[in-house]
Order: sequence, then structure tokens, then C-alpha cells
Amino acid sequence: MRILCGILLSAVLSSAAAAQVPFERIANADKEPGNWLTYSRDLLGHRFSPLKEITAENIGNLKVKWAYQFPNDRSEVSPIVVDNVMYVSGPNWAAALDVHTGRQLWHWNRVIPKDYHNIGFLQVSRGPAVLDDKLYVATLDCYLVALDLKSGAERWSTKVGDYHLGHSMTVAPLAIEGKIVVGVSGGEAGIRGFVDAYDAKTGKQAWRFWTIPGPGEPGHETWAGDSWKTGGGPTWVTGAYDPELKLVYWGVGNPSPDWNGDARGGDNLYSCSFLALDGETGKLRWHFQFTPHDTHDWDAAHTPVLFNAKIDGRDRKLIGTANRNAFYYVLDRETGEFIAGQSYAKQTWAKGLDVKGKPIVAPDSVPTENGALIWPNLNGATVWFSPSYSPDTGLFYVAVREIGSVYFKRESQFKPGTFYPGGGENELAPDDAWGEIRALDATTGETKWNFKLQSPPWAGVLSTAGSLVFSGSDEGNFYALDARTGKPVWDFQTGGPIGANPISFTVDGKQRIAISANRVLYVFGF
Amino acid sequence: MGSAMPVAARPGRAPSGKKAAHADVAAGKKLFERHCVLCHGIDGKGGRGPSLNRARLAHAPDDAALKALIADGIPPVMPEGWLFDDNDLANLAAYVRSLGKIPPDPVPGNPGRGADVYAKSGCSGCHILDGAGAGYGPELTGIGERRNTAFLLKAIMKPSATLAEDFMFVKATTASGEAIEGIRANEDTFTIQIKDSGGEYHSLRKDELKDLHKLRGETPMPSFEGILSASDMQDLVAYLASQRGKP
Repeated sequence: MRILCGILLSAVLSSAAAAQVPFERIANADKEPGNWLTYSRDLLGHRFSPLKEITAENIGNLKVKWAYQFPNDRSEVSPIVVDNVMYVSGPNWAAALDVHTGRQLWHWNRVIPKDYHNIGFLQVSRGPAVLDDKLYVATLDCYLVALDLKSGAERWSTKVGDYHLGHSMTVAPLAIEGKIVVGVSGGEAGIRGFVDAYDAKTGKQAWRFWTIPGPGEPGHETWAGDSWKTGGGPTWVTGAYDPELKLVYWGVGNPSPDWNGDARGGDNLYSCSFLALDGETGKLRWHFQFTPHDTHDWDAAHTPVLFNAKIDGRDRKLIGTANRNAFYYVLDRETGEFIAGQSYAKQTWAKGLDVKGKPIVAPDSVPTENGALIWPNLNGATVWFSPSYSPDTGLFYVAVREIGSVYFKRESQFKPGTFYPGGGENELAPDDAWGEIRALDATTGETKWNFKLQSPPWAGVLSTAGSLVFSGSDEGNFYALDARTGKPVWDFQTGGPIGANPISFTVDGKQRIAISANRVLYVFGF
Repeated sequence: MGSAMPVAARPGRAPSGKKAAHADVAAGKKLFERHCVLCHGIDGKGGRGPSLNRARLAHAPDDAALKALIADGIPPVMPEGWLFDDNDLANLAAYVRSLGKIPPDPVPGNPGRGADVYAKSGCSGCHILDGAGAGYGPELTGIGERRNTAFLLKAIMKPSATLAEDFMFVKATTASGEAIEGIRANEDTFTIQIKDSGGEYHSLRKDELKDLHKLRGETPMPSFEGILSASDMQDLVAYLASQRGKP
């Protein structure tokens, strides 16, 4: 009996140790607002903090509590915070930091192979993920690595794709029940994209969904000839998860080559689409394509925002997104049905959306040999950096890039693992472009307020229960706006361009705000 | 990724086996349009990356440095050009250089007399040339390398037609009513830094200003059209065109 008790006790202890951050903690993130357990804090993609210590009234007293210097420029990390430890990542490295002081507790890195090449993007990592007793990091050379949360020692690593073919990972992984979901970059290298899930304990692949259907699969007919083989469809921005519907929502990027669609006639599914995938099997439940046969590089590279609201008197489970193509969409997240949509930024490529949400494409809106002036530019009216949804205000906050571009079409030849663009663009002059933080009615896309920025931004948005919205500018301003009016209430010059997503957490019960600015992570508090 | 590694020895690069004696600008243009335009723009005017249509490139003082830079990249912001062989690098470098090259054009004036015109017209009241003068307007040391004579003539006759893309003349009025006029040195969402004609910098919070006017297309530089004679104008242009910088 004593032996049995001992075995049982040891089983309980090891299970407790293994279950430091069980999935239930992540699924119930609102119960512990002092932590930031997944990319968007919650699985629904809200990037909203229920913390409300910092308000418009007291924010003037906000100070830098500590800073941490990264080894690389232009950090795009969105940290994870678990029980007084912050986890950050960069290109092929991760670190654990003490939240009281910013002092490093452990550091892990994996050598970037000498023959690795980033094709069409910067060498960054947008953040790690946590589940149970492990930290998960996606690497540039396309490995998913599981680290021991306590020590940073490697538990396992699994090859996700082949960097020699242009696959790479900058994405923050998404932890769901027992699985880690990742996507790949490579839309400028003519890869065939996919979304993958791996067993969180072993690293064994659980499922793969190819974003470009193969022969015999529905949607294959939307690609002319063999163009599907090099059609792109990368999946480089973290998705969202509905634990009740058990559906993974993930955005798919541009078709390849980006600016020359001549050889890939058809709608090019599932490029520029949102996918709803069964979390257990990876089977496609529904898809919605925002930009059929795109020739502007307008990836659906966005974290989907899942929320519930009444539509025509009926409670609906919804998904909202401000797409790179300058339209805001509301879909039913159970079926993919289009519910509402309208443009939220200047665009000249479509006359509007039809009743199914399909764009009514305007003439002269594609790249040409001599150049065609089109809004928005190739980076889109917004791009990978996160929007925020506040359940308090019902508003969808998005960092908007108001910039047009002259798009050119050029010939392009596919060679595996090399740049495969088919053209390019000339951006408008800096003083002809600007940025905005825009608050949209989440159910309609109607603009409620604007806050103008000096230039098109690269930073995401955090909203808080303190009725504040935080974001950053390319000129280094980190700032807060009143969540209901957009009025600026605080700003701080960080000294470096901000191209990351803010988060909020607590240290000894006191609210903190964190943001990366170039190669420095700042943590603010009272 | 050490930049000291010889170009031909870099992993993945196939040596061409022949000396790139005559770089092919047209071939370089094709490579540029395939590999470089995402960041540098279709004709090198810049975008996410810097503009390349200038005589002096910050990271590449000479052709060897430019080829090495294209080969090695600038981690992490610019990828290395590992797939280019030596001919490709020479062609690309030649094309990039052609974007900023000032074609030689005839300079009919007399540079020596132009120096006198420069002095008597008060140019040094706003410009620094070879270390002398005031630093309100753009430095003119080496201007002959960056601008051709047609541009120089236009800049003197119609200065507002030759403003740099990021140039902005601004007028701000503070809460106390003080008017500040000058060239924008820097600007972000919340603040602006202005250099006035005396060279003083004013750092202002935008939300504390009564008003802020951006005078697009305007410049404090006066037009000398009708003020200088045609021969003085030619001499002044010749003088400026002769400014090739220090070796």
C-alpha cells in the first residue's frame, strides 16, 4: 500500500510538474490577467488585457521599469509571461527573463545555417508559445523546437520544412489542446504552403493542411497548368482557436509569383484566404478568399479576431479581420458565411464587395509593364502586426497604412529557393503617406474614430480594460490613446522604430506594459 | 556571415570562370528587377530599403565594396546575394551605379569667376562648401558629383522645383504666439524639430502649437533668376559642377 501511495504521489507530482501551463489555463486566460499565456493573450486573437490599473487619469506617471537589449535589430517579438517569467525570442534564439528586473534567466540559440537565406522578409521571430512544461520556438531554418520551460534545454526539435526550397518560420506558434500549430513563410520563393500541427509532447506531426490543393482536391482547378506547384500560399502569421468549436483559424498569404499572375490563371485557392481547420484532424471546415487571383502581395497575413455579437437580433459566433487589401470583413466563424464588409482605408482596386463578400474589381488595378498607381501598397492597408478587439467597447482597433504605390509587372522564372516576385513597386513619397490607428465597429467595420500617425506603422495594437489603446510608430513613439475617443493621453520616445506587438501583465499585482522598439524591449509601470 | 570572406569563395556561389571585364548594365537591370525591387523599388528609388539612385552609397564607397555588399548583404535587414556569380555581381553593381551616375555634360562657364559669383551672391550665408559657410541649407561640398549642370541651373533659377523628396519648409506658431519658420530637421507623430535661418533648432510638441503649416513646394532659398546675369549664372554653375569633393 505504501509503495502504491508512493507511486501515486510521484505520478501526481510529475503530472503537476508537466502541467505547469495546461491548455485549460490558456483557454481560460481571463482568469489570470496578470499573465500573457499565448500570442494574443487569449486564443480568440483579441490582444486585449483585462487589467485596468493604468488609465487615462494616471498614465502620466508611467515610467520605464526596465529594458532588455536584444542581439538583433528590429525585434518583432510578442513576449509570453508565465508566473513571473517572461519568454522572448528572436531569429533562432529564445530567452527567459525575470519580470522584476529584466535579468536573463536562461538563453537558448540554434545556429542559423550558413546556407540559409531569408527571401522576401527580415530575420525575425514574432514570439514563442507555451504549453504544459515546454516553450515552443519556430526557427528560420524551419524547425519547431520544444524547450524545457525551466532551463531552456531542448526537449525535441522537428523539421517542418526545407529552407533550401524557401520555407522558413518567423511565426509565433499557437498552442491548442495537445498540439502546436505553425505556418511557414516563403510566398516570395514559390513554395507550396501549408499549416502544420505537431504533438506537443513528442514533436510528431499530427496533421498537415496544404494551402494549395493538389490534383483531385477541391480548388485544384483554380490554378492553371502546373502553377499550383509553385503557387506560394504561405502561412506566416499566428492564427486563432475556438476551444468550443475546436476550430483553428489561420490566414494564407499571397500566390506566387507575387505581381505577375499570367501563368497562374484562376482564383488561386487558398491564397489570400482564411481557413477554418478542425484542430484534431486538420481537415478544412470552410474557407473564405478575400482577394481572388491576387497580384499585389496582399496576404491574408492577419491574426483572426473571434468574437460573439448580435446580428439582426440573433447571437452569432463571428470572426473579424481588417485585410491587407483595405477591406474589413465580418464572417460567421461556424460556416464562413460573409456577413458584412467595407473598406477601412484608401483603396483603388475594387468598387466594393458583392453580397458574398467577393470584390468587385475596378479596371486598371493590376501591375503593368509601365506601372500602375494603386492603393494600398504591397504591404497593404495593414499587415502582420496585430489588431485588437475590446469586449468593453465592441471596437476593433487596427493600425492602418495609408500609402499607395506604382506596381510593375516583370517576367519571372522559378528556381527553387530563390526570389520569385514577377515585378515590384515604387512607393509614394514619405509625405504622401501616413498612418492611423482606426477604431472600427467590430460588427460592421464602420469607423468610429481615427488617430493620425506621421508615417505608415509597423506596430500592433493592445487595448486594455483601463480604456486605453497602446501602439507604436516607425519614428519610435510608444503611445496610448483613449479607447473610446482616440484622444492621445501619453507618449514616450523609445529611440528606435517600433515593429512589434505590445502586451500587458502584472508584477506583484502591478500592471506592466511591454513593447519592443528596434533592439530594446521596454517594460513600463508605476 | 563575415563580410571579409572573398566573394567567389562564398558557399553556394558558382564562380563564373571568366573575368567580368565589361559589366552589362542591361543584364544587371534584369537581375535588379528580379531580386532587389521588393525593398529598393523598381528603379532604385527606395521603399522599405534605401534609395540607390545617388552617386555615393553609404555602405559601398567603391565598386568592390558594392559587389561585396550585394554578395554578403547587411544582416538582418538585407539578405546576402548568395545566388549571384561574379558576372552577376559585376552586372548588378554596374546597374546600381548607373542609377546614381551623373552623365558628363558640357559646362560652358568659368569656374574661377563662378567662385566670385558664389561669394558675392551670399551663398555661404546658408550653405557650407569645403568647410566654410553656414549650415542652414544643404551642404554643397562635392555637389558636382551628385548633380548635373541642368539640375544645378534649375536649383538656382527655380529652387522650389528641385526640392529633395523629404525636404519640408514649415511654419509653426507656439501657444504664446511666437512664430517659428524653418526647415524640418525631423518629425514624429507627437513632435517636430525645426532649424531656423539662424541655425537654431526648435523642438516642439505638436499638441502645444497653435498651428503648424507644412509649406510643401516652398523653400527659403531665393530664386536668382533675373538677379544674376546669364554669364554669372553659367559661371556659378561651372563652379558648383567643379566641386567633386575631396579624394
